[in-house]
Amino acid sequence: MSDTTLLVFRGDSIKTGTEQPFQVPVQEGMVVLDAIHWIQAHAATDLACRWNCKAAKCGSCSAEINGRPRLMCKTRLDEFAGEPIHVWPMRAFPLIKDLVTDVAWNYLVNAEITPFTPKTDEPVPYRMAADDVERVFEFRRCIECFLCQDVCHVLRDHDQKAAYYGPRYMVRIAGLEMHPKDTVNRTALLHREAGIGMCNITKCCQDVCPEHIRITDNAIIPLKERVAGRYYDPIAWVGRKLFGSKAD
Amino acid sequence: MAWWIEPALTVVSYVGFFAYATWSVFSGTYVFADPYVSPFFSTWIGFGTFKLPVIGLLVPFLAVIPLGLRVTCYYYRKEYYRAFFRDPTACARGEGVRGRYTGETRFPLVLWNLHRYALLLTIVVTVFLGVDVVRAFIYHGHFFVGLGSVVMLVNVILLSGYTFSCHSLRHLAGGGLDCYSCVKAGKARHRLADALNRLNPRHGWFAWVSMFSVGLTDIYVRLVMAGFHEPRWIA
Amino acid sequence: MSDATQTYTHDVLIIGAGGAGLRAAIEAAAGGASVGVVCKSLLGKAHTVMAEGGIAAALGNVDPQDNWQVHFQDTMRGGALINNWRMAELHATESPDRVYELETWGAIFDRTPDGRILQRPFGAHTYRRLCHVGDRTGLEMIRTLQDRVVALRIAVYMEVTLTRLLKDGDRIAGATGYNRQTGDFVTFRSKAVVLASGGWGRIYKVTSNSWEGTGDGVAMGFEAGAEVLDPEMVQFHPTGMVWPPGVKGLLVTEAVRGEGGYLFNSEHKRFMLDYEPEKKELASRDKVARAIYKEVQAGRGSPHGGAFLDVIHLGSDRIKKKLPSMYDQFLSLADVDITREAMEVYPTIHYAMGGLRVEPDTGATTVRGLYAAGEVAAGLHGANRLGGNSLSDLLVFGRRAGAAAAQFVKSVSLGALDPASVADEQRLLLGSLEGAGSENPYLLQQELQAAMQEGAGIARTDAGLRTCLQTILALKRRADNVHVAGSRLYNPGWHTARDLRFMLVISEAIVRGAIERRESRGAHWRTDFPNADPNFGKLNLIALKDGDAMRITTRPVPEMPDELADLFNGEVRQKSA
Ligand SMILES: Cc1cc2nc3c(=O)[nH]c(=O)nc-3n(C[C@H](O)[C@H](O)[C@H](O)COP(=O)(O)OP(=O)(O)OC[C@H]3O[C@@H](n4cnc5c(N)ncnc54)[C@H](O)[C@@H]3O)c2cc1C
Ligand code: SF4
Ligand code: SF4
Ligand code: FES
Ligand code: FES
Repeated sequence: MSDTTLLVFRGDSIKTGTEQPFQVPVQEGMVVLDAIHWIQAHAATDLACRWNCKAAKCGSCSAEINGRPRLMCKTRLDEFAGEPIHVWPMRAFPLIKDLVTDVAWNYLVNAEITPFTPKTDEPVPYRMAADDVERVFEFRRCIECFLCQDVCHVLRDHDQKAAYYGPRYMVRIAGLEMHPKDTVNRTALLHREAGIGMCNITKCCQDVCPEHIRITDNAIIPLKERVAGRYYDPIAWVGRKLFGSKAD
Repeated sequence: MAWWIEPALTVVSYVGFFAYATWSVFSGTYVFADPYVSPFFSTWIGFGTFKLPVIGLLVPFLAVIPLGLRVTCYYYRKEYYRAFFRDPTACARGEGVRGRYTGETRFPLVLWNLHRYALLLTIVVTVFLGVDVVRAFIYHGHFFVGLGSVVMLVNVILLSGYTFSCHSLRHLAGGGLDCYSCVKAGKARHRLADALNRLNPRHGWFAWVSMFSVGLTDIYVRLVMAGFHEPRWIA
Repeated sequence: MSDATQTYTHDVLIIGAGGAGLRAAIEAAAGGASVGVVCKSLLGKAHTVMAEGGIAAALGNVDPQDNWQVHFQDTMRGGALINNWRMAELHATESPDRVYELETWGAIFDRTPDGRILQRPFGAHTYRRLCHVGDRTGLEMIRTLQDRVVALRIAVYMEVTLTRLLKDGDRIAGATGYNRQTGDFVTFRSKAVVLASGGWGRIYKVTSNSWEGTGDGVAMGFEAGAEVLDPEMVQFHPTGMVWPPGVKGLLVTEAVRGEGGYLFNSEHKRFMLDYEPEKKELASRDKVARAIYKEVQAGRGSPHGGAFLDVIHLGSDRIKKKLPSMYDQFLSLADVDITREAMEVYPTIHYAMGGLRVEPDTGATTVRGLYAAGEVAAGLHGANRLGGNSLSDLLVFGRRAGAAAAQFVKSVSLGALDPASVADEQRLLLGSLEGAGSENPYLLQQELQAAMQEGAGIARTDAGLRTCLQTILALKRRADNVHVAGSRLYNPGWHTARDLRFMLVISEAIVRGAIERRESRGAHWRTDFPNADPNFGKLNLIALKDGDAMRITTRPVPEMPDELADLFNGEVRQKSA
């Protein structure tokens, strides 16, 4: 067994906190979360981190590993070939302590989204063709790790949380909008409160998504197209005026 | 690879392409070497002796449309926001706030919402280019294959790949629908959208290679004009 | 962090935000009650999110012959007939509606060609019965319920651990505990409490469960005087990962076998053909787990001490479509490409069949105003749970408990708060921070896990169990001597110190029950009593608080009415495990 060095952020303020080095014995196949657990058991019982499943299924253990937002339970130590590993909390959210941040804002945003609304007289059980639902599966894969929210420069660098819901919620809205049994149109929400125009499609969110959801390509851009159809497309506008057809 | 290499290469390529295209279009030469024509021009436009003046008038439009497509293209937007405007320079570098950020909600960036029109016009231009390719296989009424015909064909395939993998196109083709089986011709539209969806992940790749192929095709036709003896085969 | 205790008041307090808790919350809110949901993690991260294979419900979409009677029989037989028949009946009849209901809240399952919910085969289910979404069914379920709870504006208190139920005389008056983020103490006053706090896999070393599975609810219920039913029945899922060490125990979903995977030993023999010629790989979990155990004991194990699970013959496309997260899990964590190599698997602790004893129709425990639903409750699964029956259990009985609690609170007023009990709990909590102890909570936890794995694992003996009991009792004393560094601000060491006590209560119940059940039945395998004993087949074991000690008693297994017993052609009570 060889050792590796983890430099773990410790503290309850991002300004005053510092990196603390830990020597951790390495076993084959170990992930960063295993190393954090080892530290908790042997060197710092009060080291704070979130985790649940240790199987990349719950999206709890988000952190920034060598500057890149990742799941600790899915990041292998051998990837770093013995080099020191820097483990930091997500930077886009207020710090609570060590690797734990306050992600409550995400839950508040989520509550603003008009929920799934089927026709009241839709016969149950639903019939839904595979062709109509297959797109939506991708969006429903989201494990709410908030790594995309963390990396999005609109939220992270510009701190425009009041103006933009962030990629995670574009994914959720896409899943609702493309649901064949949903009757609500959320283009107005997207255009205004959700602030889809704030996204400049630079795809960092798509790069970090551990579920490999093509956030920008398959959720945000198609939604931008819907918003364009409703608010910017002159011919569609004339068409709506002439024929009074439904928005978009 | 250092993080700045990619944006730097992007800047160099885009500036290079833009400069070259502008020069070629306004160089005053009608880049044509029977039966080839540069993708910045087209054999369709004009007739008889009017050909040159009409082309002089129309060529800028013809070239501006695809350029408009690229400027408003979702892929290029990503690339130049990152490389030129450095917003963000790279992911999670946490460089902090620099001035007020408004995303794509203000003039002029808000105009990029009209991307679909650039696309529709480009499809028309692509048809023009397609016809030019057909003509490039006919020499004085005979079926003909020259290296130039192949170059033009490859270029048009790559350009079509770029055009048909466009995000707006898949939206218009069916991506904008919530329920295929609830509308007329839904099955067909689903199949179409599905095919375009499969093409879409390669949009960025097509964007790059087609940009180079357009420039190279223009250069090739200029070479032939200048007397380059290319391999040819006439039936 | 402040020393004041924050107090919240609701009609119904729901402890747990997994499938059972959220479903109960939705129903209780629909019943007009003011509802508060408390969970240890963030919303949407509960254990339920990890469920992979599917939800069992006899929809008959793929096999039209399927119906609730067959599902009922499968469940009872799988549980070696010590299940509560009424729960099994309610479960089988109501789960189809509960699944359909999820779709009206926005869930989408995989589809049949004609647009209905697709169902896959699973161990010991006669027909193809599991509604699923690839191998992330639990995620679909929890996200759907979460969205519904958010839409209904139900209050959710995230990252709050409740550690003691409060009583007013013989009835429930609320619960108290602490906020994990801030370390503040919190108290909830309520007319009814629904426990939906999940299972206790974490008391073992090799488990598929998340850290939350420390059995808090059962321990709290036990302390409050509720009966714990069949604690010895702990399920070993046949297929957990064995390598690399860091992921040992991580689940390899039964869907792998459901989709057609084969088990091989080191001689490349499909050994399940010998053990279970009829159901083969899809026999019930207890049987498959034992078969793998025996193969390894006989020296026919894989290099890391397991069996080979092979899906290569299904083809790469099918694997990636139907088992995407398994593909990803093995590739990223074990460097194994399951489209080309076999997986190595070994039994892992997975599920607690035992738990609080409840009224079948309402989920009411023996304490007035205290309800339980989901993995924390017991009775439905008997001696062994069938795959997919848990998710449907959560929905069916979560709904029933929520409705019953909402009904109950209409006729009662808020119970009085017992400040002494709150103060006592806070003293206990602070002990590990302020006391002069020297034990490390993590290391004690690890010792317990190792002891349970060793003494109360898949193959049990009287001697092994008794040694294990001694270790537990010794650890109990040492737990008073735990010390943790740091403050109350998000301090996992401090949290673990309290969790440890819950784990010790459960461990003791498991071991005492296992000593008492001198037979082999379902998941409980006594190598010194290898056969089923018809006398024990008539009994459920009960662990009960008796002063400061734990007492094991028995209750007769409830007898089925004739029309249900007839379904078994006279084999009821005679069938061996
Ligand atoms: C890997 C895996 C795969 C599985 N796959 C399947 C499957 O395919 N099909 C199937 O039917 N079953 C499956 N199961 C079993 C099933 O997922 C669980 O039994 C079920 O999810 C338990 O749900 P629950 O609602 O009872 O509790 P959980 O989902 O465990 O939720 C417990 C909740 O209680 C809270 N809580 C606990 N203690 C406290 C406390 N002290 N204070 C406050 N809150 C507390 C927790 O925070 C959590 O929110 C699987 C299990 C695992 C581990
Ligand atoms: S693509 Fe949009 S949402 Fe994604 S990181 Fe970039 S700006 Fe944020
Ligand atoms: S979209 Fe991807 S990155 Fe964003 S929260 Fe969901 S899983 Fe995480
Ligand atoms: S612990 Fe669940 S995603 Fe890492
Ligand atoms: S051309 Fe690039 S997105 Fe339309």
